[in-house]
Amino acid sequence: MSSNALITATGLGAIRGERVLFSALDVSLGFNEKLVLRGPNGSGKSTLLRILAGLTRPDAGTVETAGAHHWLGHRNGIKSHETPRQHLRHWARAWGSDADPVAIATQMGLERPMDVAGRLLSAGQKRRTAIGRLLLTDRPIWLLDEPFTALDSDGRALLTRLIDDHCKAGGGVIAALHGDAPFEASREVAL
Amino acid sequence: MSSPSPIRAAFRQAIGEAWAGGAGALLPIGFFAGAAMLVPFTIGSEAAQLAAIGTGVLWVALALASLVSMERLFQADLEDGTLQLWAQDETPLFLIASAKILAHWLISGLPLVVLTPVIGITLQVPAGQLVPAMLAYGLGGLAFFLWGGVAGALAASVPRGGLLIALLALPLFIPTAIFGALSVQTGLEGPNILFLAASTLFALAVAPIGASAALRLAVD
Repeated sequence: MSSNALITATGLGAIRGERVLFSALDVSLGFNEKLVLRGPNGSGKSTLLRILAGLTRPDAGTVETAGAHHWLGHRNGIKSHETPRQHLRHWARAWGSDADPVAIATQMGLERPMDVAGRLLSAGQKRRTAIGRLLLTDRPIWLLDEPFTALDSDGRALLTRLIDDHCKAGGGVIAALHGDAPFEASREVAL
Repeated sequence: MSSPSPIRAAFRQAIGEAWAGGAGALLPIGFFAGAAMLVPFTIGSEAAQLAAIGTGVLWVALALASLVSMERLFQADLEDGTLQLWAQDETPLFLIASAKILAHWLISGLPLVVLTPVIGITLQVPAGQLVPAMLAYGLGGLAFFLWGGVAGALAASVPRGGLLIALLALPLFIPTAIFGALSVQTGLEGPNILFLAASTLFALAVAPIGASAALRLAVD
């Protein structure tokens, strides 16, 4: 399994305060796979994603990944003074990407707010900017925490298409969702 | 890709943020000048008395001013999610923390050093003593900002953590303050300036690692 999987996590356990969120959980993500994490609020979807991303240390178990990942969390990572153009240019520089930040922002439907500072952007515009980061460099794993939050129907369709394209090109996606998945999930993990 | 580019990007972003904050970057400078200028009004304007305490007053004002805007240095990154992205980057977090602290020092700390001779004159410190003293204030100020950065990182997840920053950082300032004050008094001759430089180098080596450990806890 481990040789043909992007992520292989075995025996994961997480404790928050006095509560066991999950235990002995196995998660794997293969190439071309879209894995959806489901569960009520507080069930540990975000914690699981954070463990897979290496932000939180699991209380039990191990995570092996075969490749770099992109992260889209609750917080978009956009500074209050940064415009979508500056934000994407900053991360393009940080990641050594040759991608054109303006072209990506345009693809994300951000022509009009291209030079509007982060504190003046709407929640949906910030989210679109953050999604644009996923396109700066090619990384096989996408870890998405409630990625459709704040997006309008166009934005949802756009992200759905990006997820489909990414998986067709051999990547894998793990997304935590509450509502219906706008894309067809390969598998679901219930927490 | 190549490792220097994320560090440059973090540095550039921190500079941009400091400029965009407007008055935020100037706050330590105003605090420093204001605190030192109050001294003649409270101690009295007798020249000999002021000259005796002048260089020490500058050290105290420098130490306190270096903490003024430390609270937001990492807290803003934690709140907007930038820190979570850096924490997942392959670039070691201590390098990003160093870049941010040094950018903050460049915007808010270096102007304090440039200001010391001006304020020193109003405190009746002999002008001949002031220009060489800038080296000591520069070295000391850098150490203050580095230790302040560790405290800022520890307090990043604490709402209104300003007091915590002062409590954590001020004890770490003591060696720098002792050797700094001695080296200004003795006019940069003797071993004191070397001990001051050593304390700054120690901070340069240790503080970014301490800050990055604290930031890892903050994003957990």
